[in-house]
Amino acid sequence: MTAPEESLRRPVRRPPSWRAQAPVVAVVSIGGAVGATARYAASLWWTTPLKGFPWTTLWVNIAGCAVIGVFMVVITEIRPAHPLLRPFFGTGVLGGFTTFSTYAVDIRRLIDGGQAGTGLAYLAATPLAALTAVWLAAGTTRRVLKGRQP
Amino acid sequence: MNWLLVVCGAMVGAPLRYLTDRAVQARHDSVFPWGTLTVNVTGCLLLGLLAGAATHLQLLLGTGLCGALTTYSTFSYETLRLAETGARLQAALNAAVSVAGGLAAAFAGAALARM
Repeated sequence: MTAPEESLRRPVRRPPSWRAQAPVVAVVSIGGAVGATARYAASLWWTTPLKGFPWTTLWVNIAGCAVIGVFMVVITEIRPAHPLLRPFFGTGVLGGFTTFSTYAVDIRRLIDGGQAGTGLAYLAATPLAALTAVWLAAGTTRRVLKGRQP
Repeated sequence: MNWLLVVCGAMVGAPLRYLTDRAVQARHDSVFPWGTLTVNVTGCLLLGLLAGAATHLQLLLGTGLCGALTTYSTFSYETLRLAETGARLQAALNAAVSVAGGLAAAFAGAALARM
């Protein structure tokens, strides 16, 4: 018989079997589609001119970073969530909603198109705004929700 | 049709990010988020390569696959966690290397596409 402690000593990083991974991969896939669809919708609603500042992608990334700040604090520090919620919403929806590749490629496009100033402003603005958003969102969530706990 | 292309690309891109991250993080013991860095830089290279491709490919592989393969939210959250847990140097390095690496990959991809 295996002692209950045995399972706790199991290496944390051992990759689980494919069978155990399947539901996680499935919810990440569905969540990713939801997030990417929302990002595509945003890009259609708020189109930005090719040579202009990519405001839509910037706001999408800021919003996604703010939401992940709230979400991660809630599920890791306030109340435990269903094991599939983090892969679905954090990895899937928010990961699919925000994008690093469009950010980098838009900077290249702006610099190549003679808009170096706009490109460099965007290059600096996104990480600064994204990190500020996740930091403020996580901190505010901690203060508000932990203060309410009995 | 356009929406379907984005959905199909993202349904592959997001789990590809998850599985790559798991595989990369299982291969080292440091707290540095190499997995997210790997998918972000790879996605930037791929999207750089796609510059000039047809619209339907842009939607499927660009907006859908590369958009879902790469992530800003996890990158930001992991950077915040590094800073909060006292690994401030690693947090700063992660931000600098991700931005520089992603940008270099985007330029490299575009240069490769022109060849």
